[in-house]
Order: sequence, then structure tokens, then C-alpha cells
Amino acid sequence: MGKGMTMTQKILADHAGLPYVEAGQLIEADLDLVLGNDITTPVAIREMEKMQKKDVFDREKIALVMDHFIPNKDIKSAQNCKCVREFAIRHDISHYYDVGQMGIEHALLPEQGLTVAGDVIIGADSHTCTYGALGAFSTGVGSTDMAAGMATGRAWFKVPDAIRFNLTGIPGKWVSGKDVILHIIGLIGVDGALYQSMEFTGDGIRYLSMDDRFTIANMAIEAGGKNGIFPVDEITETYLKEHGNRPYKVYTADEDAHYAAEYTIDLSTLKPTVAFPHLPENTKTVDEIGEKIMVDQAVIGSCTNGRMDDLRIAAMIMNGKKVAKNVRAIVIPATQSIYLQAMNEGLLKTFIEAGAIVSTPTCGPCLGGYMGVLAEGERCISTTNRNFVGRMGHVESEVYLASPAVAAASAVAGYITKPED
Amino acid sequence: MNAVGTAYKYGDNVDTDVIIPARYLAIQDQVELAGHAMEDIDADFVHKIKKGDLVVAGKNFGCGSSREHAPLVLKVSGVSCVIAETFARIFYRNAINIGLPIIECKEAAQAIADGDQVEVDFDSGKIIDKTSGQTFTGQPFPEFMQKIILNGGLINYINQR
Repeated sequence: MGKGMTMTQKILADHAGLPYVEAGQLIEADLDLVLGNDITTPVAIREMEKMQKKDVFDREKIALVMDHFIPNKDIKSAQNCKCVREFAIRHDISHYYDVGQMGIEHALLPEQGLTVAGDVIIGADSHTCTYGALGAFSTGVGSTDMAAGMATGRAWFKVPDAIRFNLTGIPGKWVSGKDVILHIIGLIGVDGALYQSMEFTGDGIRYLSMDDRFTIANMAIEAGGKNGIFPVDEITETYLKEHGNRPYKVYTADEDAHYAAEYTIDLSTLKPTVAFPHLPENTKTVDEIGEKIMVDQAVIGSCTNGRMDDLRIAAMIMNGKKVAKNVRAIVIPATQSIYLQAMNEGLLKTFIEAGAIVSTPTCGPCLGGYMGVLAEGERCISTTNRNFVGRMGHVESEVYLASPAVAAASAVAGYITKPED
Repeated sequence: MNAVGTAYKYGDNVDTDVIIPARYLAIQDQVELAGHAMEDIDADFVHKIKKGDLVVAGKNFGCGSSREHAPLVLKVSGVSCVIAETFARIFYRNAINIGLPIIECKEAAQAIADGDQVEVDFDSGKIIDKTSGQTFTGQPFPEFMQKIILNGGLINYINQR
């Protein structure tokens, strides 16, 4: 075994004040940001009330984003947001996002420049791993960890081993970050990276936009990963400079770092891919489906695929077309600025003219909250991240995960298909 | 510390959406929330589970969302221990942090049958299937995690430091 460290291990070592860490070691690390949402923060607040230390460690390093059930879907969700709102006011939290400023947390925080390369970030939301796209170590935790993090600015970690994914080649026209990560999850399974880092490297990365990378890192958790992480390149640095002025630090994996496994994936061979119910690992390329799978609903949005690249490609496919009869198409820009940008580019007009609806940013249907809950026996093609039993509604409903291009093409066709060349 | 009770068995990849569906996540009252535990995988769960009973499952138990509500509803329902081949990492962390005992043991997870009477000794990691007479040894926790569990969860652990 080499004595070198992976990119993740180097970030963790630095934040633990240690020159060297190795897989399996238990460490305590300083946190650059602690995140919570309207589902997980009320539980964290309740836990924090049990602590002797009542103050937050740094009001600038906590982000509270109301995004799951907001604008509030019922009285209970309104009570939860009220609880968080009052906490944010009481502690003068700088980065509190409510209706009007909020967006889906994992699209919003990078956009606001709150997550940068080299950070250690925990969030009480499993898709916190998204910020690995920027070269940060970020991982999902529960509400108690969030409470401890808000109070102390530190968290315990078991240093993870890593799997290296060497991405080569140029992806085809309709192949996006979503297809890359669905392919990988299909390859290694929903526990294929359990307790491990997924480190993405290789020449192919330069052909993946920041939005593609966010999508890929976002779904590391769907392979059981602790985090997903990309090296910092010109594309990352351009993004970071456009979205804030926080200083960032670039870490690179050592040449002799140890990896538990390595995969080489030629992006040019990938095809539009769909994950069938009820696990993200049940993948098939659209070409392999071989039957007409009719859909009742199409959802384009979420922390996985509600960004500009996603809306642009969906609009390009739906432009001048109509959503199929008996299909409900729901488009959800992930943040207010994405919403505005999509409006300025005319994308919202395209969606509405095609017969889709456009919603304010919300996690809503992804977790069966509201804004597109499925009835018994209904089927949805969705750009979200999970297709578990009952995820989007009734236990007898079905979710098929796909890219925005496939979801848009399927909304128009009425069955699961890919865009025509 | 011991756990003794009836084992209820489930398969691989039991996700947090079936342990506690998102449609109930706005509920803050723990007992009301626990009334929906495992609803989407086993609608009968809340009726049959008694204090001290165990949940036994396959690989990747608790995968998916970070919702702490998942280990919490099992604990509030009376589950004394979850035995699985492996746990998803956020669930693993959350269970330790809130003081729900969990044990990784592939052999026990595979051999124990639904309805068996099972006893777990947390100090030794020994798992006894009293119905079949088989004995297994689970993966012990690292010392640091044992301290968190012994203190009754992460918050108490930090308070006592």
C-alpha cells in the first residue's frame, strides 16, 4: 500500500491538523460550513437545546435553506419553517434562505459562493456530497451531527478509503452527467462505494461542465459513497471566480495514493441511461428497453438536475412540441436565479407553450412531498435521484430516473425514449 | 447491556423512505411519527413490534436520505437492536448518535429467520438465535463510538467532555 493520500484524505488531514491520515482512522475535523433544511433543522434545533453550549460556533458558517416543503404545503411544514426561521433570527445566522431567496440547497450554496474547493462541509441532507464537484470534501449527516457541528464547528469522521473512476473520451451529444453517474451506479451497485470516497479523474473530465459534475457528485450517495470528488481544473476555477470571492484551496491526490478499486470509463461509449424501479442500480440504456413504457408524469428538476444545462437541453427538446396527451410535465428550476435566467432565455415560455408547468424552486415531488405526488399504479420519468418504493407517492407507483434530455423526450412521446438525432 | 426479543426480518437495501416515508416528515411528535415506522415495507410492523424486538436485514440497511427520523422511529417503536449485513453510512452514524444499538454481522443477518427469538450481548458482540440454537459474533464498535453509545448519544458525549 502506498503512503500517499487521496484527495479526500488530504483535505481531511489538513482540517484535522494532521500531516497524514489513513483509511479507517477516526479523526475530528474543523468545518467550513454546516447545512440544514426545513426537514432536518428542526430536529437539530431540538438536539441543540439539550447541549450545554447554546451558541452557534460561527454564524457565518451555517446555512439554513428552506427547500423541501416550501412554500409550505401544510400546517406542520409551516410550523417547522417557523421554528427554523426563529432560530435563524435568534442566532443572527447570515445564510438563512426563505421564500424569495431560497433555492434547492445543493444548487443554491455553490451559486452563492458558500462552498469552495478545499472546504470540509457537512449537511443534514444526504445529497450534501454535491459540493465534491468543486473539489471540496462534503458529506451528508443526520440532525444530531448537524447540531453538534453548529455548536462546536467540528465533526468526527472515519477517514474513508477510495474508489477511483478514470473518465476518458468525449461523451456523445445526448449523454450528460446523469447518464455517467447512472452508468456507474449500475456498474457498482447501490452499496458499491459503501463508506468510501468516489474520486473522479481522467482526461474525460474536461468535457463535463460544472453542472454535469454537480449531478455526478450529487448521486455518489446513491452508490453508498461517503463523498464524490473531482479535481479542480480551469472549469472549476472559472465557476468559483464567477460565484463569489471566498479564497479556496486546491488539493490533489498523491501519485502513490491507495485506491480500493479503480474503474476506467470511456465516456464516448455511454448512452442515455434509465434506472428502473425500485433502485438506482437497475439501469438500462434507453436502447435496451425494448418495450413501450408509458408514463403519466415527467419531472425535470431537483438538486440533481434543476440547473441551467438541464433546463436548456429540456427546452431544446420540447421547443415547438407538445407534451403527450395524459402526461403531466413539471419543470422546477432549482434556484431563483436559475428561474430568472431561464425566463430571460425564453425557456419558461417554451415549457409552458409545450404544455408543461413551471414551479417555484422546491424539492417537492422528488421525495413525494407535494407538487406532483403519484397515485396508485402511476409511473413517472424523473430527473431526480431516487426511485425507491413510494418515493414519489403511492407505494404502488413507479419512478424511472433519467437525464433531462430523456425526461423531456419522454414527456413529448408519452413513453420512455431518448431524443431523436 | 442486552437485547432480547422477536426478530423481524427484511431484505437488502431497506431504504429510509420505507422506514419512514417523507409524507410524514413534517410530524415533530416522535410517538406520532413512530406510528408510521416501516409503513411502506410492512404495514403490519407497528402492530406486531413489541419493546425489545429486533430488526434483522441484509445489505445496505438504511440507504438513501439522511433523515434521522429513520433510526428514531425504530428506537421509539421499541426496537432494541438492528442486525444487518451492512449499514448505509449515514444511517450507521445517526443510529450511534441517537443511541439506537446496531450490529453488523453477515452470518447472523443471513441465518436468523423471521420470528426467531434472538438475544444480543452488546459488550461481547455475541448474538444468540435461541430458536435455532446458533451463536454468532458481530463486529464490535471502535472505542470512540462505544463512548458515544455509553454516554447515550453524541450530545451527551459532547456535554460531558
